[in-house]
Amino acid sequence: MSDAVNGPAIEVTGLTKRYKTGDTVVEAVKGIDLRVETGQTYGFLGPNGAGKSTTIEMLCTIRNPTSGTARVAGYDVVRERDQVRRRIGLVFQQQTLDLQLTAEQNLRFHAELYGLSRADADRRIDEVLEMVALADRRSDTVQKFSGGMKRRLEIARGLVHAPQVLFLDEPTIGLDPQTRAAIWAYLHDLRRTTEITVFVTTHYMDEAEHCDRIAIMDNGEVVVEDTPEALKSSIGTDRIALRTDDDELAIARIRERLGVEAGVHEGQVTLAVAEGAQVVPRLFTELGVGIRSVTVTRPSLDDVFLTYTGRTIRDSEGAGPAGSPFAGRR
Amino acid sequence: MTTRETAVTATPAPAPLGEVRSDLAHELRATWVVMRRELTRLRQDRARMLTMLLQPVLFIFVMGTGLASIVDTGGDVSFQTFLFPGVLATSVLFTAAFAGISLVWDREFGFLREMMVAPISRSAIIWGKCLGGAVVATAQSLVLLALVGTVGIPYSPTLLLALVGCLFLGSLLLTALGVLLSTRIKTIQTAMPVSQLLIMPMMFLSGALFPVSGLPDWLAVLTRLNPLTYVVQPMRHLTLSHLSLTAEEQQRLLPVLTWWGWEVPVGVQLLTVAVITLGLVTLAARVFRTTE
Repeated sequence: MSDAVNGPAIEVTGLTKRYKTGDTVVEAVKGIDLRVETGQTYGFLGPNGAGKSTTIEMLCTIRNPTSGTARVAGYDVVRERDQVRRRIGLVFQQQTLDLQLTAEQNLRFHAELYGLSRADADRRIDEVLEMVALADRRSDTVQKFSGGMKRRLEIARGLVHAPQVLFLDEPTIGLDPQTRAAIWAYLHDLRRTTEITVFVTTHYMDEAEHCDRIAIMDNGEVVVEDTPEALKSSIGTDRIALRTDDDELAIARIRERLGVEAGVHEGQVTLAVAEGAQVVPRLFTELGVGIRSVTVTRPSLDDVFLTYTGRTIRDSEGAGPAGSPFAGRR
Repeated sequence: MTTRETAVTATPAPAPLGEVRSDLAHELRATWVVMRRELTRLRQDRARMLTMLLQPVLFIFVMGTGLASIVDTGGDVSFQTFLFPGVLATSVLFTAAFAGISLVWDREFGFLREMMVAPISRSAIIWGKCLGGAVVATAQSLVLLALVGTVGIPYSPTLLLALVGCLFLGSLLLTALGVLLSTRIKTIQTAMPVSQLLIMPMMFLSGALFPVSGLPDWLAVLTRLNPLTYVVQPMRHLTLSHLSLTAEEQQRLLPVLTWWGWEVPVGVQLLTVAVITLGLVTLAARVFRTTE
């Protein structure tokens, strides 16, 4: 048995998961295909209920697929479950530390569960604690840790057994922007220094920019998959947002004079055009409505998301975690 | 973030750390690791340790002394002496059962997931939880055992060892029961009252606090259906046989336990507990495998 050194880190074909709830069958994942090359950081985006979590759970051998196959680190997630488990690290959305134990005890428990020798465990525990800058807190019980520290410790733990693929389910949810940035810095370090493949789900569109490739999932299907850059340029439109004295009149005039449908998003009149910079002067001359501010933005991943799913990620989350950093699941 | 240079060295597709062992060795090691966590947690929690130690002392000295004033055991054997094996068993009862239902806490606080995704079997998790809880509960009783002299029981190494053995078996029984409950009950709010509801009658029907002789028929039947009876009776038997009792005292304080008129030997009683315990752990592991 050899490790699949050159193959893709994750290879998914026709992966399907159906649930029975009462008499109705829900198809949470509808036969998706994915391929993640070794060493990539791969972003998995989508609104709640899109099937992201179910997919990641199947890849991590927590759930068995209804049909289709998935190979992770060269092994089948159903038939070679333990081989897969030894080669993947997991960081869950939900906190899974033992709060009564110290940071080091949590890591040691993990190392022993994964069958590391004493010497390997000692070495790796030192390395991963250094990496997430928790070496000086190793003997503190986790209860005393802040949310960000707990999350860092969980990432460290996921790396103790030197996995080939690290899965992170919403690793930065509920964290403040500084901690989010720090966590991404660790992940970048990791990518720079190892061949590790990182598979990450996120709600935060700006975080998807950190990924080599992203897939957007909606309604159990992967609607689009590419590099962030390619996705943005595929939309090919700029977004103009206006604050006006009379939004309704402005929208009517835009339709009339520019032939473009505008709408109100987040209190601003917004429209998509090919070349934003050229349209702005016409807005001032042709609308006849007081304009208080104009912003032109190049396409962002938010727009990509909007284009492929028909809604912004905030719309689809409602009052969910993306809206408030404190509403995250614990 | 001053630590970048100390991060993991680059290696292409590293082989995973950790040895590939034979299945059995791997299972045993996993069980051992899960078990040791229970002990580490206990060491970490000083308050829990203290309450665990105080509770049985309260039972034997406060309740025992109080009841001794109205209960006449006759002869040289004080009520505390009679009560002692029962209190020992009772003290492990609660600790063991709560150690078992700590699986519900593990689930609620997420840690169970860490164990569920590790390359170990579900049975190893269940065995580890059961053995860990049993060791913790037995460890608690050691303090009480150190006090046997105060209630007129001799410090006999063989007696003490035999009692520890019985206590471990009883603890394992109760932890297994707690774990089995936890595989079906998912919330702490439900697990606590349900386990109380189970423990209290088991304690009262085991003869821990009164002799199981001269009971009305319905009560006699219930005591014989209670697996804990077969832990308490051997313990009392072992203890009292180390004292010099008259035949009359022997008969009154240590009635023989019978099944349809057959006098059940101590060995068979303990074997009964062992079989039931093994059955419970196996059942818990099976339920756990199919439901988690």
